[in-house]
Amino acid sequence: MTDVKTPPAEPETAAEPQGKPLAWPLGLAGVVLVIAGSFLSWSYDGQILGDLSINFYPGGLQILAIILALIALVLLLAEKGPLTKLGAWLDVTAGLRALGLTLTLYMLLVLVAISADSDGLINVNPGGYISFAGAALILVSAWLLPLRQLRDMSEARLPAWFEILSIAVLMAAVLFVAAYALGLEDAWSFILCLVFIAAVAAVLFRTGALSWVGHVAQRNRKVLTLSAFLVAFLFPFTQGGSDANMSIATQVLVFAATAMGLNIVVGLAGLLDLGYIAFLGSGAYVAATMSTSAFATIGWKPPFLVVMLIGAGVAATLGLIIGTPTLRVSGDYLAIVTLGFGEIFRFSMFNLDGNNGPNLTNGPNGVPGIPDLEIGGFNFGDVHTVAGIELGRFSNYYFLLLILTAFVILVFSRLNNSRIGRGWVAIREDEKAAEAMGVSTFGLKLLAFAVGAFLAGLAGTIKAHQDGAVSPDQYIFLESAFLLAAIVLGGMGTIAGVLLGATILKLLPEKLRFFSEYRLLLFGLLLVLMMRFRPEGLVASRRRQLEFHEEDEALAVEVEEERLAVEEAK
Amino acid sequence: MTVTDTQRQPARTGGQPVLEASGVTMRFGGLLAVNNVNLTVREGEIVGLIGPNGAGKTTFFNCLTGLYKPTGGQVRFAGTPRKAPKATRKQADDPEAVRVEPLGALTPLPPKPRAVVRAGMARTFQNIRLFANMTALENVMVGRYCRTSSGALTSVLRGPKFRREEAATRARAQELLDFVGLSKSTEHLARNMPYGDQRRLEIARALATDPKLILLDEPTAGMNPQETRQASDLIFKIRDSGLSVVVIEHDMRFIFNLCDRVLCLVRGEALVEGTPHEVQSDPRVIEAYIGTGEEDDEDEVQDAHVQDTTVADEEGRS
Repeated sequence: MTDVKTPPAEPETAAEPQGKPLAWPLGLAGVVLVIAGSFLSWSYDGQILGDLSINFYPGGLQILAIILALIALVLLLAEKGPLTKLGAWLDVTAGLRALGLTLTLYMLLVLVAISADSDGLINVNPGGYISFAGAALILVSAWLLPLRQLRDMSEARLPAWFEILSIAVLMAAVLFVAAYALGLEDAWSFILCLVFIAAVAAVLFRTGALSWVGHVAQRNRKVLTLSAFLVAFLFPFTQGGSDANMSIATQVLVFAATAMGLNIVVGLAGLLDLGYIAFLGSGAYVAATMSTSAFATIGWKPPFLVVMLIGAGVAATLGLIIGTPTLRVSGDYLAIVTLGFGEIFRFSMFNLDGNNGPNLTNGPNGVPGIPDLEIGGFNFGDVHTVAGIELGRFSNYYFLLLILTAFVILVFSRLNNSRIGRGWVAIREDEKAAEAMGVSTFGLKLLAFAVGAFLAGLAGTIKAHQDGAVSPDQYIFLESAFLLAAIVLGGMGTIAGVLLGATILKLLPEKLRFFSEYRLLLFGLLLVLMMRFRPEGLVASRRRQLEFHEEDEALAVEVEEERLAVEEAK
Repeated sequence: MTVTDTQRQPARTGGQPVLEASGVTMRFGGLLAVNNVNLTVREGEIVGLIGPNGAGKTTFFNCLTGLYKPTGGQVRFAGTPRKAPKATRKQADDPEAVRVEPLGALTPLPPKPRAVVRAGMARTFQNIRLFANMTALENVMVGRYCRTSSGALTSVLRGPKFRREEAATRARAQELLDFVGLSKSTEHLARNMPYGDQRRLEIARALATDPKLILLDEPTAGMNPQETRQASDLIFKIRDSGLSVVVIEHDMRFIFNLCDRVLCLVRGEALVEGTPHEVQSDPRVIEAYIGTGEEDDEDEVQDAHVQDTTVADEEGRS
């Protein structure tokens, strides 16, 4: 982390510390070996890992290795050679070290995967070993190369068209990689693909390229937002009519939209809510009981838009009801009270079955058989063909949920940049002082609860139709914990971070099914590591980053300079 | 000192009362922190509140601003809490408009911080309580909260009213930062600002609530003589813009140069109230600060450095 904080040092000239003279050619040799090995056969068995057994016809995983080797080549050339200009800006050595480490890990996992999927190491062909050796060589050479001084990344200026182009390239890469990774059927390939993504991310992060991307993103915020939505919009078209991945994608979107709602409560107002899933549940239950399902208990069948509003309204009302008495306590006490509320909701749904009260929810059976949505003659269950590409049921829901997510993000960002948002942050910073400045602390906290609940209720009404069934055991405490974890993992109070966190937390368990019961263990481990090494989350809001690194004065100064630079740019 | 002396204007004794606290009593269990204290503050007046540590000055402030609910007594404040949004907009457009409006009759203040701020009494804190991770501008904009009214729906829809109000808030906040001399630090995070600037930012934040009366709790604590002089210039500037000021201070030279009237609290009780000259020559005050009858030389009392050390001694003893 520290070497990414580019010190404001002048670009190195003669004083550059020389590493071992062997280091550079060694790295070059490593690159050649990795590429050469990747063109040879890795595995004797052609049935596993998408066929890596043919010479001079690299399979998908081999192409990933080649890409990583090419990145290493670029870094090496930036270190010494025609690209040294680039090297003055990027922390090439740190990037190369990260790359060497991840590439070696990648090749090691390839060997493990081959011997696990067919029987033993005997099935590894020479190409695999050659590439592995090459990766190890890159690693060794990277540790022999000297670390260097850098120029300040925020000074880097490139033509505007280049910045926008690089955003476009980045987004296209995200779309392509997402489509490719989701298309992988077997778990080992998926894991290897994750390692590849981690390798690229690590290189971008360690070289400081990511901070450049951050600056570019700040300068071209609108372009970035639009292109991100475009990529999300285009995603279903890459699936060729398959619903398998789209099903996961819709779940991710529901999860993300709900997490964004919770982000208002936790990230902005700083209230710890452990029962948030109940609001999603109440929206879902309203939609289910008002649907045309045979098990629906309410006779009135208004159009879906009305149902959405009712569901969200019910959730918001519940938020107010639970908030009014509980928001007088704060911190841990609030967490416990909301935790209790989540359970109360679940048990109420269990018990409103006609035996213990009115029959609203059919108790543990829930409401199954909820039909697909039909808005203005458009049935979400039908397969539609757009531009020759089939879009199945889940793709339809995906688009609807995309609109919902966009709406939630809009609400979040606009509230954040307003009088209300300032009040929330003030309450989070110092509640007593906020009160003394005339901020209505109680009202604002209640508002945060209600708005968060409203947005979750909206998501819930769509979720009911998309799942086709609603039952109490969908809304257990674990789900609330996962929502909170998505926010903490991604970065409290940020938009991009929470979306990223939600995607990771929903996507990985779906794709890593063969880990089954170890998933939670891995996830817990991940959270512990996050809290130790990056408590502010993957994408840190600058404000939060300061809160977690109180003693880091250099960071504070840097953040401030950045703010000033942004102001000037405006 | 000459700077402040030239700015010094005779107290406007004929002003309307802005604040009238009568018989304010605050009891924490067996401890009588504030006992039956009366204080009247008139329009355009600077009133000093002095007393040894633990005399109950800050507790008295907390009673006035509604952070504590006083056990006894009443706090009455000029005018009714302004509600009309039309007036609010006018204030936002024209900062000077506030000060000329006539003060209404004194009405009792409910002991709720929000109501107190809305009525027009703002405060700063002894230990600076800024919103550390917000910028200076954002801090002051939070101060505008109670004088603006756009709700959640308008904020999401971004209607013309929202944009107008947001622009007015920003402009007013910037103006107040200029007023306290922080125009260059607009985008700095509050936590990174120098100590003196933080104090001034806190004053700007309090001014943002459009108060008629501002309560400053030790505005020069920990400042060097130059910063102290700047602070007293600022307080005169605030007074000249038509506000009343109540200030708690330990720096005697500062307070006797600044204030029109001084109230000395000792052990929760009002010991003496009067002009600075009366108070500083009152033997009881000198006794409370220094001890019995030895150093009643006026020059000694006026010397800030000596006074500081004696106050420190007093702290050490108690």
